[in-house]
Amino acid sequence: MIWNPIKECMPEEQKRELQGKRLHKLVDYVYHNVPFYRKKMQELDLEPGDIQTIDDIVKLPFTTKQDLRDNYPFGLQAAPQSEIIRIHASTGTTGNPTIVGYTRKDIDVWSECMSRCLTAYGVSRNDIFSVAYGYGLFTGGLGVHYGVENLGATVVPTSTGGTQKHAKLLKDLGITALACTPSYALHLAEVIEQMGITKEELKLRVGAFGAEPWTENMRQEIQQRLGLKGYNIYGLSEIMGPCVSYECECQDGSHINEDHFYPEIIDPATLQPLERGKDGELVFTTLTKTGMPVLRYRTRDLCSLLPGDCPCGRTFVRMSSIKGRSDDMLIIRGINVFPSQVESVLLGIPECAPYYRLIVDRKNNLDILTVQVEARQEYLAQGVDTLAPITALERKVADRLKSVLSISALVQIKMPGSLERFEGKAKIVTDNRKLV
Amino acid sequence: MIQQVSVFMENRPGVLGAVLDILKQADIQLYAISIADTSDYGICRIICDRPADASKALMAAGVASALSDVCAVELANTPGAAADMVSLFAREGLSLAYLYTFLYKEKPVMVFRTDDAAKAKNILESGGLCCFQWN
Repeated sequence: MIWNPIKECMPEEQKRELQGKRLHKLVDYVYHNVPFYRKKMQELDLEPGDIQTIDDIVKLPFTTKQDLRDNYPFGLQAAPQSEIIRIHASTGTTGNPTIVGYTRKDIDVWSECMSRCLTAYGVSRNDIFSVAYGYGLFTGGLGVHYGVENLGATVVPTSTGGTQKHAKLLKDLGITALACTPSYALHLAEVIEQMGITKEELKLRVGAFGAEPWTENMRQEIQQRLGLKGYNIYGLSEIMGPCVSYECECQDGSHINEDHFYPEIIDPATLQPLERGKDGELVFTTLTKTGMPVLRYRTRDLCSLLPGDCPCGRTFVRMSSIKGRSDDMLIIRGINVFPSQVESVLLGIPECAPYYRLIVDRKNNLDILTVQVEARQEYLAQGVDTLAPITALERKVADRLKSVLSISALVQIKMPGSLERFEGKAKIVTDNRKLV
Repeated sequence: MIQQVSVFMENRPGVLGAVLDILKQADIQLYAISIADTSDYGICRIICDRPADASKALMAAGVASALSDVCAVELANTPGAAADMVSLFAREGLSLAYLYTFLYKEKPVMVFRTDDAAKAKNILESGGLCCFQWN
């Protein structure tokens, strides 16, 4: 089934014309409402009139996560505060989260795009849908929630945590569809098995999984253990949230809601656009957003746009799975973690030396972050003759990290001088998760 | 009270050897060494002839070490001596963080740490035991 065939199956020429019109309108809107964009365009000697077709997009300046941070909290907001009806935020690296304000129109577009995703997964108004993304500042919970309501299915806002209760509800309510991170789906499968519930007792048939990288092997395992068919969903709060792209029944890449989010692939080193099929950094322009629109936002996600038509009939371009990041951001249990966040926590603890490592593993289908840090020699020389001060320091570091990162980390205190020193670029992060 | 050198150590091959080698270079005579096994790391505790020099040599080599005063008691070299001493503490509700022994001039010496060193001393003396002193 296709939710909006007029848009999703729009002929290429017509689509590009619509994108061009919307881009022109967007540029005119941000030029007159966001001083940041006006200044950037003036520096490039650009006026809104210079942008007429979608091909003109390459003339526009890029926007980065740093720009969003520099303009915290409302500097990039284009609509007046009275028009903003909701705010979401993503985790910040150095204290400031990224704030995104949505107008009623934005929420409507989000719900529409989300309904397209859900319909492509085969969800209909007859489904009972459990949203097990976190509700709150994170876009996952409320984003999917509104889409499910818009579609007319029954939404069960289970959110994260309380996995045993969730498992019971899946069985008792006959829940048929589920949205969560792929790693949480596997954790849920484990809890269900431990509780002695078999997949035959469940009515699950569709899963929408995203917010972290996952592999074909994980998909097979989730499908086998939960007895459902798993689909990819992609999104990011700076652009909207989950709904930016979605898999159809062909499961060969994820269709981008191109009438609202215009994708480009660039070479992250030269910033030059790359041709279709080539791997590079994904860049989005929000063609219709009014709350906090962005021009050519650099997602730092590495992927390609797939050439050729999809047999499902949708003409929206497909993106490949995410192959990595062009910066050092880690996604751990769906949460963005920057090594610089960890560093700022460690530097604030006088017992710790500024030498540390981050190690990411996936054990029993859950991401585990281990932070190793050297204790300062002066601290140990103060009379550490039992392990109690060491375990207390571990707990202190773990507590501080938890409050800043919003996820738990395993902390290991190391001897002074024991971590390898690097000349030049240090290898701070080891990611042992196999995602290929 | 006697002085103990303690070293925070990670549990991997070569670490203990490196520490002992530093002490060897500094011509330190060891009397006792105690390491409890934990998975990732542990504390190595050392009684030696020149604890201040030992600690200085370790610190100079970049090994974090601490000097601390610990209780030590001389026991009779007879069966049951340790049991009698420990039960004195148990009766008074004083717990031990760690304990190890060594022989000094044929006499057994028990080294231990409690939360309350003064109370420990009183208990030992009222039990007819004497605190160990170098002689």
